[in-house]
Amino acid sequence: MAKEDYTYAVARIRSKELKLLSSKDIDALLSAPSYEDCIRYLTDKGWGDDRSDITAEELLSAERRKIWELMGELVKDENAFDVFLLQNDFHNLKVAIKAITRDVKADDMYSEFGKLPGEKIFEFIDKRQYFSLPEYLQQPAKDAMDAILKTSDGQLCDVIIDSACLCAVHKAGEASENPIIRLYAELLVASSDIKIAVRCAKTEKSLDFIRQALAPCDTLNVNMLASAASKGVDEICSCLSSTSYKSAVEPLKKSPSAFEKYCDDLLTDKMQTQKWEPFTIGPLVAYVIARENEIKAVRLILSAKLNDLDENIIKERLRKMYV
Amino acid sequence: MSEIFANSGLFFALLGAAFATFLAGTGSAIGVGKAGVAAAGVLAEEPSLFGKVLIFQLLPATQGIYGLLVAFLILTNVGLIGTPADVSVQQGLLYLAASLPIGISGLFSGIHQGNCSVAGIGTVAKKPDQMGKAIILPAMVETYAILALLISILAVFGVANVNI
Repeated sequence: MAKEDYTYAVARIRSKELKLLSSKDIDALLSAPSYEDCIRYLTDKGWGDDRSDITAEELLSAERRKIWELMGELVKDENAFDVFLLQNDFHNLKVAIKAITRDVKADDMYSEFGKLPGEKIFEFIDKRQYFSLPEYLQQPAKDAMDAILKTSDGQLCDVIIDSACLCAVHKAGEASENPIIRLYAELLVASSDIKIAVRCAKTEKSLDFIRQALAPCDTLNVNMLASAASKGVDEICSCLSSTSYKSAVEPLKKSPSAFEKYCDDLLTDKMQTQKWEPFTIGPLVAYVIARENEIKAVRLILSAKLNDLDENIIKERLRKMYV
Repeated sequence: MSEIFANSGLFFALLGAAFATFLAGTGSAIGVGKAGVAAAGVLAEEPSLFGKVLIFQLLPATQGIYGLLVAFLILTNVGLIGTPADVSVQQGLLYLAASLPIGISGLFSGIHQGNCSVAGIGTVAKKPDQMGKAIILPAMVETYAILALLISILAVFGVANVNI
């Protein structure tokens, strides 16, 4: 198959990058007197749709829709963004299983940005037609459904799906020819493993449970991490000190949100090289990550404005911007 | 067979002219095409940059013109344009050799100047005020096409004065 040419797509993304929120925009949002002023600032910047009375959730959904519509227009290879889209499929799988087992309607909980509509996943699982699901969802769907029906343990169901999601993302990353997509997949799996390990250590989970929850990746020895997690958070920190994630130890000791910020900032730093790359899918991937980060930052600011939180609390959680 | 070869001077000279036009022209076509694709991407978002991105697209077009110039000189010297002249096999082969610098250098410099122009278009899309700096970088590639053109022209004029 001929290699896809991204010259046109990258040139369009270069122009689009001008419209990304800069640190100055974030400062302006932070200093805006009210939630309504923030919304007005964002709509003036072209965020949301044509409605003036748009809510924060609608505004952020509209922006996320714009990202994927643009990528659909620019990239012909429908598997190019698997590392991002698969996560939404697994989220939808979780929602569908919980909706079925609790007999509730959850149509508004599905993510619209998966590879398969959430309603379809629900339909296949409801009829126990696992074979109709995409291959990467079949076994996790069956295992999670069996687990929740036998044990009624929602957490076990989540662990099965989350672990399968990380494995699928890692596999999609390995299948990609682009180093930035591989790097994104690796960092996502490694950072998720660290977060899971810390959570397991704090809730004193058994070694078997931790092993089941962690997904293999190239830059972390998950067996060592699982065994460290079974002993406590300090042991995880000393385990990480001998890996390429030793700089994660400090934010990890500080707080979960500091570690989240460290992971996102690390990814943004790694994406900087894509600012000079004219021919590959890399700048598009960097743009998607930059937009997702932007949406995270805006969500944080808007919810802080709604809840009258102190500006300094928001500032310490805000991620580095790509531009 | 040897008689056919003995009368092939004109054929080799014509082959030289064809090489110069075809190879340098192909380089330009690829370069201009690539830069055009990138320019279209920028214009889809920012139509006001048309004038700026057009200059980048035209930069790799010069190699094709250089190839045409050398081909024109060869055709004139061998009498296919203007006064007919006798061309020996050796002269024909020398014209073919003279066309190679602009042909090969035109092909590769056209492609690479196109790549460089694409990168320049990306720079201008983000920072239109950096047009001057961004244009110098692909223009540097032009140097090697000009050097090749110079050698091809000197060689073509030199061959015309050689009696073999």
